[in-house]
Amino acid sequence: MTDETPEEFEDDEYVGVVKKFMFINRKAPYGSIYGHEMQETILISTAFEQDVSVVFMDDGVFLLKKGHDTATINMKNVSPAYRAFKGYDIEKLYVERESLDARGLSPNDLLVPVEVLSATELGDLMEQQDIIISA
Amino acid sequence: MKFGILVNEGPFNHQASDSAYQFTWAALQKGHEIVRVFFYHDGVNNASNLSEPQSDDRNLVKLWSELGQEFDVELMVCVSAGLRRGLTEENLAPGFELSGLGQLIGAGIDSDRLIVFGD
Amino acid sequence: MILHTVNKSPYERINLDSCLRVARIGCGILLLEDGVIAALATGAAAQALSVALSDKSVYVLGPDLDARGLRECDLVIGIKIVDYDGFVDLVAGYDTVQAWL
Repeated sequence: MTDETPEEFEDDEYVGVVKKFMFINRKAPYGSIYGHEMQETILISTAFEQDVSVVFMDDGVFLLKKGHDTATINMKNVSPAYRAFKGYDIEKLYVERESLDARGLSPNDLLVPVEVLSATELGDLMEQQDIIISA
Repeated sequence: MKFGILVNEGPFNHQASDSAYQFTWAALQKGHEIVRVFFYHDGVNNASNLSEPQSDDRNLVKLWSELGQEFDVELMVCVSAGLRRGLTEENLAPGFELSGLGQLIGAGIDSDRLIVFGD
Repeated sequence: MILHTVNKSPYERINLDSCLRVARIGCGILLLEDGVIAALATGAAAQALSVALSDKSVYVLGPDLDARGLRECDLVIGIKIVDYDGFVDLVAGYDTVQAWL
C-alpha cells in the first residue's frame, strides 16, 4: 500500500504522550500528489498511538469518491488505502457538509463511512487539536 | 517555545521554503527552539546538493544547510518522498539527513507548535 | 485559539473562503505570500475580511506586502501588519496553527 509500514516506526520514546493530531485534505487526487502522500503520514502516525482525526473538505472530498478507475491514466488508485484505515484504527474521518453540497455529492458517494460536519462544527473540532497537518 | 517546521515545497516553484526559512531564522533569533525542520512532498528538493541557482539568486539549499549547522537544527528529509524524486544519501547537502515519516509525527509530539509551509 | 495562515490570493484559490467559513470567533488569520492580495481595500475580498474583522484578528505579513508593491494605506482598515518577528510572536501567542494550503 505504501513504501513504509507503521510497524517500522514503533518508538518507545513517545509512549504515554497522546496529542490530538488532525490531518486536513483539501485537494483532489491525481492532479497532485498531496492526498496520496498525506495517506502515508496518516498511516505512520498510527505507530505513535496518537489521537488522530482526518478531515476531507473542498476538493479533498474527491479522495473518498467511490469508483476511482485510474487504469487509463496509468496512475496508482489511491482510494483502497482509505478502506484500510479502519484496520489501523483510524476511525475518526470527517467530511465538511458545505464541501459535499457545493459539489453535489452526498455521503452515499463516498467509499468509507464518515461523519459529516458543518463548517462551524468542523471549526470547533479544529480548535480542540494540538497539531494540524495540511498539504 | 519549541517549534516544529514542515516544508512541503521545493526552493523554486513556490515561496513556501523561503517563508519557512525566514520564519525559522526569526524564531531562532528570538530564542525559540526549532525541534526539527521536516521536508516532505517536493520539499525534499531543498536538500539536493545538485541544485545550482544562478549567481544573482538566493541559494536556499545552502541557506538551510548553514542554518542547520550553525544552530544545530535537525533538517530531516522524508526518505520515501526523496527516493521518488531521485534524492539519495549521495546528493544530500551538508546538515540534511534522510529519515522516515515517523520523524514528522515525532516533531508534532515534541513541539509546542507545528507550522506548515506549502502551496 | 487557532492562528490560520492563508498564502494564496482569493482571486486564484478558494483557500480564504474556506478559512473564513471554518474559522471561529476570536481566532487569528495571517495573510502571507500571495495571500496578502486579499487585504487590498479596493478588492472584491475586502468585504469578507471586514466582516471577519468584527470578531477575529486579521494580520498581514509586511515583507510580502512590500515585495508586491502594496502599502499600508492600500489595506482594509483594521488589518495589522506584522514582520517575521511578529509572525513568530503570533504563532507563540495562539494555541495551534492551521495552514490553508
